[in-house]
Amino acid sequence: MNYFPDEVIEHVFDFVTSNKDRNTISLVCKSWYRIEKFSRQRVFIGNCYAISPERLIGRFPGVKSLTLKGKPHFADFNLVPHDWGGFVYPWIEALARSRVNLEELRMKRMVVTDDALELISRAFVNFKTLVLVSCEGFTTDGLAAIAANCRFLRELDLQENEVEDHRGQWLNCFPESCTSLVSLNFACLKGDINLAALERLVARSPNLKSLKLSRAVPLDTLQKILVRAPQLVDLGVGSFVHDPESETYSKLLTAIEKCKSMRSLSGFLEVAAYCLPAIYPICSSLTSLNLSYAPGIPGSELTKLIRQCRKLQRLWILDCIGDKGLGVVASSCKDLQELRVFPSDPYGVGNAAVTEEGLVAISKGCPKLNSLLYFCQQMTNAALQTVAQNCPNFIRFRLCILDPTKPDSSTDQPLDEGFGAIVQSCKGLRRLSLSGLLTDQVFSFIGKFAEQLEMLSIAFAGNSDKGMLYVLTGCKKIRKLEIRDCPFGNIALLTDVGKYETMRSLWMSSCDVTLGGCKTLAKKMPRLNVEIINENEEMEECIDDRQKVEKMYLYRTLVGPRKDAPEHVWTL
Amino acid sequence: MGSGEGGYEKDLNLEATELRLGLPGTTSSAAAPDQEPEARQARNNKRSLVDRCEEEASKDASRALQKDHDSAPSSKAQIVGWPPIRSYRKNNLQTKKTEAETSSSGIYVKVSMDGAPYLRKIDLNVYKGYSDLLKALENMFKFTIGEYSEREGYKGSEFAPTYEDKDGDWMLVGDVPWEMFMTSCKRLRIMRGSEARGLGCAV
Repeated sequence: MNYFPDEVIEHVFDFVTSNKDRNTISLVCKSWYRIEKFSRQRVFIGNCYAISPERLIGRFPGVKSLTLKGKPHFADFNLVPHDWGGFVYPWIEALARSRVNLEELRMKRMVVTDDALELISRAFVNFKTLVLVSCEGFTTDGLAAIAANCRFLRELDLQENEVEDHRGQWLNCFPESCTSLVSLNFACLKGDINLAALERLVARSPNLKSLKLSRAVPLDTLQKILVRAPQLVDLGVGSFVHDPESETYSKLLTAIEKCKSMRSLSGFLEVAAYCLPAIYPICSSLTSLNLSYAPGIPGSELTKLIRQCRKLQRLWILDCIGDKGLGVVASSCKDLQELRVFPSDPYGVGNAAVTEEGLVAISKGCPKLNSLLYFCQQMTNAALQTVAQNCPNFIRFRLCILDPTKPDSSTDQPLDEGFGAIVQSCKGLRRLSLSGLLTDQVFSFIGKFAEQLEMLSIAFAGNSDKGMLYVLTGCKKIRKLEIRDCPFGNIALLTDVGKYETMRSLWMSSCDVTLGGCKTLAKKMPRLNVEIINENEEMEECIDDRQKVEKMYLYRTLVGPRKDAPEHVWTL
Repeated sequence: MGSGEGGYEKDLNLEATELRLGLPGTTSSAAAPDQEPEARQARNNKRSLVDRCEEEASKDASRALQKDHDSAPSSKAQIVGWPPIRSYRKNNLQTKKTEAETSSSGIYVKVSMDGAPYLRKIDLNVYKGYSDLLKALENMFKFTIGEYSEREGYKGSEFAPTYEDKDGDWMLVGDVPWEMFMTSCKRLRIMRGSEARGLGCAV
């Protein structure tokens, strides 16, 4: 069957980058399985408890790039206890012990300790890339170890992590010989930064393309950095407050004008609106703008800025831009593909918030829109229907009405029809988050039309088990389903238990499933881990099968119940 | 959304136990109290939702999130994990709020005067500009500030108004634009005597 030597076949396989395709290749014959197995370099593990490190290493001993995800998505919203799990140390230890030549590690919602970082820095000589998103458990000491020991470090990207800042000199720990940095993001750090060390590091990193600074980096340091690194493509500004009459400011203007490659801007963690004109010169080439962390920029300043960003493809912004501001976005940013509008006042009911008007305006002006996250005051079916018609290309559609059970604000009806229009029109929809007053009907639409749907988030919706069943039976490609505060119970849970092995995970909290129902499921499906999370201290002895379960998280796994769960998390 | 307390929460005095990041004495930004109650009332046939929320709110009293303090009669309590924003982002907003110059929260800074037995506190938001502020300080401490000039500072009196900025340096009041001063001023000190003359005066 093989007319070529292994090396040739392996070379051919190198061109097959999609893991799905590589999985298919592995099934052709034993020889191809073997060749593919040893040449697989990138592995993505969407749930760190679905498999063990040992089995990973056994299956793909040549792994160089690993992505690991830990806690369920709802952990982002404080619905999962801190000590639930997702510890990366056992993975690092196993990889180190087996002398895997790890070069890249990307983690999301994992618990990463300083020990783990230290071990990474010492065990993997060719380590190049570390990306941590929404992780916790480490301090700047761990970062110091990475800086000091990873001789070929190219990427250190810390996104939205909770990092204990020991105000150490971790930046100083990059040796003078380290000149390989391409991407450095420490925007989430809260402590002081050794500015001189930062400047020197930038000066000796000619390949630096992406730099995201923390709040502790003032404008005058930014100016010096930009002089040294005019080749930057992606910049996250720390502090942007200075006297616009000063020499520093005019030096900044000169430096910015030389940044001809700048395409992406973010940060502005501390900003004075009167300093913003300094970035006007680069606005016309920006493709990505994230001002969602910038405090208190008035809507008028935002629109002045955005008007000049005509090439924008991605925009993350706070809702203080208002509906009118979104109108400006719609008329200026014709290439817009991704929009995220975050609430500037999550618990208030202010005038700053946006409504359905802003979204409709965007849909009219930006037909290429395919990804949306929109926090708003209110929504109507008519608006959603208009949006569905104008933008049939949505891949991700996440709508969050601040009042989670609010009906159509003009008709008082549920928003079933509106979301129904979205799923019917957007045939490529892969991710959907619902909110507002919703009945079982919306799930009927979803089950019927959302053929490509992979992830669905539901809160405070539905009337009965039928709702959940529509989704489970209709959405053939669903992988992640997360539900909170819905009247779905055991019937919905147990009707098609085999379905869960085709999915990554199911989360249900504050619903109507009982302990008995969960036990039944766990018994029938040994290849699922059914975890019950009980933070209620009173629970202990008097637990009755008829009692409703506070939080349930189930996921398919090849390695049985995990051994690192805390006391209040039971695997049935 | 989620604001105003029903009688149940008020009895529990959750406000006293809630954890907030805010200047003492400030309240969270008040929502318009004339907001239509219908717009915020849970319009649903799931009464268990509201009950559950109240239950959760009382259980989580010590973890209570920032609440609005308007008097509109809404039965909605804060819902854990809603709106669905990452804690990182939420914490970011909180920090910004405590520093932001919203007219409801105020920028309170301590004012000390050399020789005075105790300090005072003023809200910088209240003043339109430097002349307004200086007049108020003159009134408060019963003294006269000289005339300001960029070259010589405050000429004509033994007092000089100074402030500590974010870097910890002591600066003469009046050099930078008013808005910039408001964001960078951490505390005020009215210097007097020979020390005062050392700042900004020709040697």
